Amino acid sequence: MISQLIFLYCALVIISTALLAVRFHNPVYSVLSVLVLFFHIAGLYLLLNAEFLAAIQIIVYAGGILILYLFVLFLVNLRQEIKSQRFVAHHRLSTVISIILGLSLLAIIPYFKLGAKGNYPVARIEQLTHTKAIGMEIYSTFILPFELAGLILLIAVIGGLVLARNDKTDPADDVSDSAAPTISEVQE
Amino acid sequence: MNIPFTLPALGPIMPEMLLVCMAIILVAVDLLFPRKKELLSQLVVLTTIGLIVMLFKQTPAVTFGTMFIVDPYAIFFKIICLFGLLMTTLLSGQYLKIEKINQGEYYSLMLFSVVGMMTMISAGDLIVVYLGLELMALSIYCLVGLLKNDWRANEASLKYFLMGAFSSALLLFGISLLYGMTGTTDLAGIAQYCLEADILTNPALLTGFALVLSGFCFKVGAAPFHFWTPDIYHGAPTTITSFMSVAPKAAGFAVLGRFLIMAFPESQDQWGPIIAIIALLSMAVGNIIAISQQNVKRMLAYSSIAHAGYALLGLLTGTSDGYSATMSYLYIYAFMNMGAFAVVILLCTKGHRRESLTDYKGLAKSNPGAALLMLIFLFSLTGIPPTAGFIGKFYLLKAALAAGYTWTVILAVIFSAISAYFYLRLIRYMYMEEAPQQFVTHYSPGIIAALAISAIGVIGIGIFPGTLLNWAARSLIVF
Repeated sequence: MISQLIFLYCALVIISTALLAVRFHNPVYSVLSVLVLFFHIAGLYLLLNAEFLAAIQIIVYAGGILILYLFVLFLVNLRQEIKSQRFVAHHRLSTVISIILGLSLLAIIPYFKLGAKGNYPVARIEQLTHTKAIGMEIYSTFILPFELAGLILLIAVIGGLVLARNDKTDPADDVSDSAAPTISEVQE
Repeated sequence: MNIPFTLPALGPIMPEMLLVCMAIILVAVDLLFPRKKELLSQLVVLTTIGLIVMLFKQTPAVTFGTMFIVDPYAIFFKIICLFGLLMTTLLSGQYLKIEKINQGEYYSLMLFSVVGMMTMISAGDLIVVYLGLELMALSIYCLVGLLKNDWRANEASLKYFLMGAFSSALLLFGISLLYGMTGTTDLAGIAQYCLEADILTNPALLTGFALVLSGFCFKVGAAPFHFWTPDIYHGAPTTITSFMSVAPKAAGFAVLGRFLIMAFPESQDQWGPIIAIIALLSMAVGNIIAISQQNVKRMLAYSSIAHAGYALLGLLTGTSDGYSATMSYLYIYAFMNMGAFAVVILLCTKGHRRESLTDYKGLAKSNPGAALLMLIFLFSLTGIPPTAGFIGKFYLLKAALAAGYTWTVILAVIFSAISAYFYLRLIRYMYMEEAPQQFVTHYSPGIIAALAISAIGVIGIGIFPGTLLNWAARSLIVF
C-alpha cells in the first residue's frame, strides 16, 4: 500500500515536472525541473530494489549531465527562450494528430499484460544484492551491448572534436603554433 | 564467489572488430602523417575489399547468446554496406579537396557508422539493434555537419540530430512495450512468447509493434516519416549524401526485414497491408514532389524516398520471393544511386557546386562521357530495360503480385511512370538544350573507378541478372 502511494507520488511529480520542463520559458527553470524529475526517477528505482541504478541515476544524470546543461546555459547567457518560426506549416493538424496518438496510447493501458518473468525475481536480487546482479549480467550476458555503448561514447568524443575544432581553412598544415598570438599581443 | 564466465566465440564478429581497429588506426595515422591524406582513403579501400572477401568466406554462426547472428542474410546486407563505404571512399578524395574538408576523422567516422550498420544487421536482440542504430546514426550526424561554414550543412546536421533523437525515442518506447508484454528482447523469443501466450492481437502489443515500425521507417526514409530526407540530403556534403542514401538505408531494411520475419512471422496478414500503405505513400510523395525540385540533390532525395517505397514492396509479402527481390533491389539501387551521385560529384568544382538542374543544360556537348553515364544511371533509376533498375523493379512487382497485392502493384506502376518525368527531364536538359557556359571536368582515379564500377554494375546486372538473383535467393533467412 505504502509503496503504491510512493509510486503514485513519484509518477505524478515525474509527469508534471516533465511538462513544466517543456513549458517554462526560462531555460534555467527547465533544467531545474528536470533535476527534480531525475530525483524522482531515482525514487522509482529504489522502489524496485534497484539501489545501484538509483545511485547511478543521481550521480550521472543529476550530478553530471544536468550540471553540463547548466554550464552551457551560463556560457551562452540565454535568459529567454529564442523565439523562432514553427518548422511545420500545419500546426493545428499536428496538434490533432498528437492528441489522437496520445489518447490511443492511454487507451491501450488496460490491455497491457506483464510478460514472462526473467531470471531475477525480487528474492534472488535481495539475496545477491542488486549491484552484484547487475555487474554479473552486464559483464557476461550483456557484454556485447556494453561494448557497443562504449563505442558510442568513443564516437561522441571523436565527433565532438571534429565538430568543435577550429578549422584553419586554407592549407591547414602550414599553420604552426608560432602563428598563435602571444599573451602580450592579446593583452594589447 | 566465483562467477562462471566463458568468452563468447569471437570469430563471427571478427569483421566488425577489425573495422573498429581500423577506424582507430585511421585516427592515429591522421595524427602521425597529417600531410598524407591519400593514405587514409587507400587504407579504407584496402580494408573494405579485404572485409568483403572475408565476409564471402564467413560461415553462419550465432554468438553472444543469440544476440549476434551471422547468416547469409546478414552477410548479403553487410556486403551492400561495405560496398557503399568503398564507393564513397573512392569518390571522397577529389570532393574533400574541393570542399576543403581537412578532418582525417571523416574516414574513421564512416567506418564507425558501418560498424553500427553491420551490428544492427546481425542483431538478434532488440537492445543490440538499438545500439547499432545509434552507433550508425551518431557518426552520420557528425559527418553531415562537416561543412561548418555552410549554413545548409549546419541546418541539416541539427535537423537530422533532433529528428533522429525523436525517432529513436519512438523506437525505444516501442521496444519497451514489446519487452514489457513478452519479457524478452530476443527477436525469436518474442515470436515464441507471442504464440505461447496468444497475445498476437493484443492492442498493447500491436502499439509496441507500430512504434518500432515507425522508428525503422524513419531510418529508411519511408513516408510519412520522410520529412527529414530532402533538407538533410541537400545540406550534407555530397559524398555523405551518397553514403546515406545507400548504406544506412540497406541496414535499415535488413533490420526491418529481420524484425518482421523473426519477431512477428505469424501476423503477416496484419503488417502486410500496413506496409503496403507506407510503400504507396512513399512512392506517391517521392515521385510527385520530385517533379517540382530544381536541385539535383533534392531531386535524388525525393527519388530515394520513392525507392524506399519500391523496396518495401518485397518486404510486405513476407515470402522468400519478396525478400530476395528486396535484397537484390537494394543491391542494384546501391549501384545506380552511387553512380548518379558520382556524376554530381564529378561536376562539382571549386566555388561552384553545379547542383542545380539548369547546370546540366548542354552537358552532352561539353562532357559527353559524364552525360552518357548520367543517362545510364537515370534510365536505371526510372527502370527502363536493359538496365539493372528494370530487373529490380520487375522482380519486386512480380513478388508483390504473386502475394496478392494487385492494387498495390498497379499503383506502384503508375507512380513509377510518373517518376519517368523528372528523370527524363534531366536527360532532356543534358541532350537537347544549349549550354550557357562550358566547363572542364576533372577525372580523378577514384571517381573513374567509382563510375566504372557503377556503370558495369548497372549494365551487367541488367543483362545478366541471374548471378545476383541467385545469390539473393540463397541468402535468405531460413524460414
